Amino acid sequence: MLQEIVTEMERRIMANNVKIKVENLDLYYGDNHALKNVSMDIYENKITAFIGPSGCGKSTFLKTLNRMNDLVENVTITGKVSLDSEDIYAQKVDVTQLREHVGMVFQQPNPFPMSIYDNIAYGPRVHGIRDKHKLDQIVEESLRGAAIFDEVKDRLKKSALGLSGGQQQRICIARALAVRPSVLLMDEPTSALDPISTSKIEDLMEELKKQYTIVVVTHNMQQALRVSDYTAFFLVGECVEYGDTKTLFSYPQDKRTEDYITGRFG
Amino acid sequence: MTKKKCRVSELFLYGAIYLCAAVSIVLLAYIIIYVLQKGLKSITPTFLTTVSSARKGTVGIAGNIVNTILIILVTMLFATPIGIGAAIYLNEYAKPGKLVSAIEFATETLSGIPSIIFGLFGMMFFGETLGLGYSILTGSLTLILMVLPLITRNTQEALKTVPDGYRNGAIGLGAGKWYMIRTILIPSAMPGIITGVILAIGRIVGESAALLFTAGSAKLLPKSFLGIFDKIFQSGGTLTIQLYLSATSEGDFDSAFGIAVVLLVIVFAINLITKKLTRRFDVTRNSN
Repeated sequence: MLQEIVTEMERRIMANNVKIKVENLDLYYGDNHALKNVSMDIYENKITAFIGPSGCGKSTFLKTLNRMNDLVENVTITGKVSLDSEDIYAQKVDVTQLREHVGMVFQQPNPFPMSIYDNIAYGPRVHGIRDKHKLDQIVEESLRGAAIFDEVKDRLKKSALGLSGGQQQRICIARALAVRPSVLLMDEPTSALDPISTSKIEDLMEELKKQYTIVVVTHNMQQALRVSDYTAFFLVGECVEYGDTKTLFSYPQDKRTEDYITGRFG
Repeated sequence: MTKKKCRVSELFLYGAIYLCAAVSIVLLAYIIIYVLQKGLKSITPTFLTTVSSARKGTVGIAGNIVNTILIILVTMLFATPIGIGAAIYLNEYAKPGKLVSAIEFATETLSGIPSIIFGLFGMMFFGETLGLGYSILTGSLTLILMVLPLITRNTQEALKTVPDGYRNGAIGLGAGKWYMIRTILIPSAMPGIITGVILAIGRIVGESAALLFTAGSAKLLPKSFLGIFDKIFQSGGTLTIQLYLSATSEGDFDSAFGIAVVLLVIVFAINLITKKLTRRFDVTRNSN
């Protein structure tokens, strides 16, 4: 039985199933053409990193994957984004349900001003889970999933704002896991953290990719190289190059990619 | 040489600042002591629990206390939800632009209008046009107009300080906008909302000009518990109105200062409660 699960997991990690398919995506903020004809396959149970200089559109692109750009005024999006072969911009799509499948972790740790427990239970409650016993179980599972359970198990009822920055970020990861998504979007999740917290989060990502598809925006190329399986390089709204991380860093096809990863600009 | 000069002028400025501080504190303390000295002797159980009666020969402000409480309750019952609702609309739903700035400008102006103008309007519109006459309700409706800006502005300021990270975090978890507002924004803005509400109550307690020709000056107690509801449609003078009447037409300065003491105590209590409540509801405060 256990062997079967392990082989199944291995199969999923080895196989390249397309989880998210982006086709000819264009995004405008008013007249500003912020994303230009981006197409990309994001693979299941892999870590995909978006790199590029500030303002290149990598965060904007990340946000199109769970429709967080819907909140911005004057945004026009054309093209197609499919999650498990379903168009997420289709009329009938309920964004609440979409965000149940695609969780997000932000640059600044943003735990809500409430207890650790209520932070984690927030998402499940949004999606209608009220049963105390079930919530308890989800909270513990999620905190374990984010490798922070042991640090906070005795203070679940205390405010999450009392934790350190690194712990707060893992709380935010746990909070995202609690709605049981299949994709986890991370927008520069370690840029506000110290090196030790950063390495904890990176280890955690390695662990999480067994169950989740992870997309991470980072301005740290070393991080992309350390944690990701695939990397996309963005420049002024364009996806310049996308491919296997090791190949992209060792044999960049495009001159601009080479210039960026060798530190000539950015 | 220059160094020495510098020190002298520094010393002088220091002294001047201390003097300014001392003057403001001493003045305040003097007013309080003066009022207490003149008014404390009027504060008796009879004064606080009975109504002035020529037949019984008693002087009391119980009726005015009840009227004040009624006016506060009726006013806040309407002003609080409307004010908070307006602030949430302006900050979370309305698109920033000309309309929003126009509304903000209007609320700001509204809060600067002399209260007697509100009184005049209230008397003509609520009293005459709507036919409510001199009543607690007319007074309350007038006061709602006056305190709405206070509540709206304070709530809005509080909402503005809630980090966008909270909003994004909640939306990113699939929360709808109203759910997010209810569970994250309002609790986070609670200290500001409470400050607005308490300031509004303070304004009501201290208001006289706007009530003088809207709520009237009757000082009888309601005859029964249910009579309280009838009282809302009847004339009723608050403490400040009675103070004005005692000190002018009735020429009873002992009562006037007695009421002043009561008002001072109320204002003091309101400030104390505000501090306690804002701290109690400050969710961003770490509790370790």
